[in-house]
Amino acid sequence: MSLKLLVPIKRTPHRDSRIRIAADGALDTANLKYEVNPFDELAVEEALRIKESAEPFGGGELVVVTVGGEACHQQILAALAMGADRALRVDTDEPLDSAQIARCLAVVVERESPDLVLTGKLAYDDENGQVPAMLAEMLDWPQATQASSVEILDGGKRARVVCEVDSGLDEVELELPAVITADLRLNEPRYASLPGIMRAKRKPLDVMPLADAGDIGGGRARVLSYRELPPKPAGVRVESVDELIGKLQERKLL
Amino acid sequence: MAEHSDILIVIGPASSPVKKGDLAALGLGKAASEKTGGAFDALVLGPHAAEAAAEVAPHGARTVFTLDHPDLATYTAEAYARAAHAFLDGRTYRLIAAATSSSTREYLPRLAVRLDAPMASDVLALDDIALDDVAAGDGTATFTRAVFVGNLLSTVELSGALAIATCRASEFDPPETGAASPVEAVALSDASLAHPRKKFVSTSQAKTERPELTEAEVVVTAGRGTKGPDKGIPLAEELADLLGAALGSTRAVVDAGWLPNEFQVGQTGKIIAPKLYIAIGVSGAIQHLAGMRNSKTIVAINKDPEAPIFEVADFGLVADLFEAVPELIAKVRELRREA
Repeated sequence: MSLKLLVPIKRTPHRDSRIRIAADGALDTANLKYEVNPFDELAVEEALRIKESAEPFGGGELVVVTVGGEACHQQILAALAMGADRALRVDTDEPLDSAQIARCLAVVVERESPDLVLTGKLAYDDENGQVPAMLAEMLDWPQATQASSVEILDGGKRARVVCEVDSGLDEVELELPAVITADLRLNEPRYASLPGIMRAKRKPLDVMPLADAGDIGGGRARVLSYRELPPKPAGVRVESVDELIGKLQERKLL
Repeated sequence: MAEHSDILIVIGPASSPVKKGDLAALGLGKAASEKTGGAFDALVLGPHAAEAAAEVAPHGARTVFTLDHPDLATYTAEAYARAAHAFLDGRTYRLIAAATSSSTREYLPRLAVRLDAPMASDVLALDDIALDDVAAGDGTATFTRAVFVGNLLSTVELSGALAIATCRASEFDPPETGAASPVEAVALSDASLAHPRKKFVSTSQAKTERPELTEAEVVVTAGRGTKGPDKGIPLAEELADLLGAALGSTRAVVDAGWLPNEFQVGQTGKIIAPKLYIAIGVSGAIQHLAGMRNSKTIVAINKDPEAPIFEVADFGLVADLFEAVPELIAKVRELRREA
């Protein structure tokens, strides 16, 4: 059998961006550079490795999907250049909330019938981390989140996943289909090769109008505004261990 | 019976002793109920629910509900979401919230879908909560959250009759204790809560005598500058033991295999705000700062004067940790002897 992998990705401001706020409390996006959400990039890499390891039993197909406007094209190309086979974009410039995005993805899952949905544990911009579990619940699929290791068993029938949890590591076994989210230590994403970048431009990219997703409900979670952190008083440099001890004693911490 | 103005704080899987963060979440419950003019209940889930409920009871909830079921014996997101959902059948709340943890992060979104309610993750504060028209289910709840790796704050509005949230425990305080609330055990008629296609296999945790990161008042964190388990990590451990502190680590230290993942402080890992945070050989990547910048007093010892950790440190010592930390340990020990 062939294994079909679906990887939802999100376009997020580059991880090293200095994000500024416009006068009206919105984000100042004027000079921002974007990338594939770093946790989603880990998911693309893991899906590629799973696909490569599935070669002996029929191979696989890796489809990346994103929900967003034309601006996401660069990030789709980046995932295709890494080695994804094709892409799907649910076209919208509306800011959707987690439940609406999960609803769109559930429609894509019904259309594509993947064996596994792999995505990042959260997005670097809003850091909600809700979409994967919401999607799993909508599909009534099992999930394994914050994975640091994924092993596909029985030719793609099951997955054994090690999850990073507060107390340490939990190991769970899922019968596919399922949703798995990538954590930091899952892998080291590859760089796209030059031939990979050339090939990416010729790979299929479907655009699905948001209306085709049907009723995704109204947005009920929205960001009203952004603001800077309250300023923290500047700290002091101490010159010696004795001075440090003195300062800590002043604060009754020693 | 619960009303449209009532709040539910979910604790699960509950531990005994109860986690400090779970008690802190009750503080959100109390603050929210004061705004809505309602009451707050607690729902304590899992095999330790009864013992945990006894510790929750003095913190001012109207009722502390306990719920256990064979399928909650080992934690899975699917079973915990179903258990909370089953409990909520026939009960109405305005806000359902829980302390952010690796568990609630993954089962509250499932619960939100089951209840068809919007959710805010890891909120730092409840700014406002109102229900304008109960019959129309028309209301808003606004929260403050940290976004962009803790570099900005956002105000998020959830609309509808019910809001769901996880809250960052370090930003809330447990309500003052008083007379114990009634504890009521809830029995579920559902034969099965587990997802038929998920199986818990095993759990592993490093053995340690030290307090857990999320419970400790003092944290000593070892960074890459400690150079490993045969070099500076034992110094960090010695200082932690001397101060009764938890041991923390940066991503680099975990990636190198010097300390296990549950010690990591940061965007990935624990987000904490202890009374005293001592960073040893920590450079201060933004992902790490996101996990500790709200600590009450931050000490940084690093030989690189340009290290970003100094930007958030209350007291910075530019020094070779292999000289400064042994000196600090010796002098603190001396002070303790004098005292």
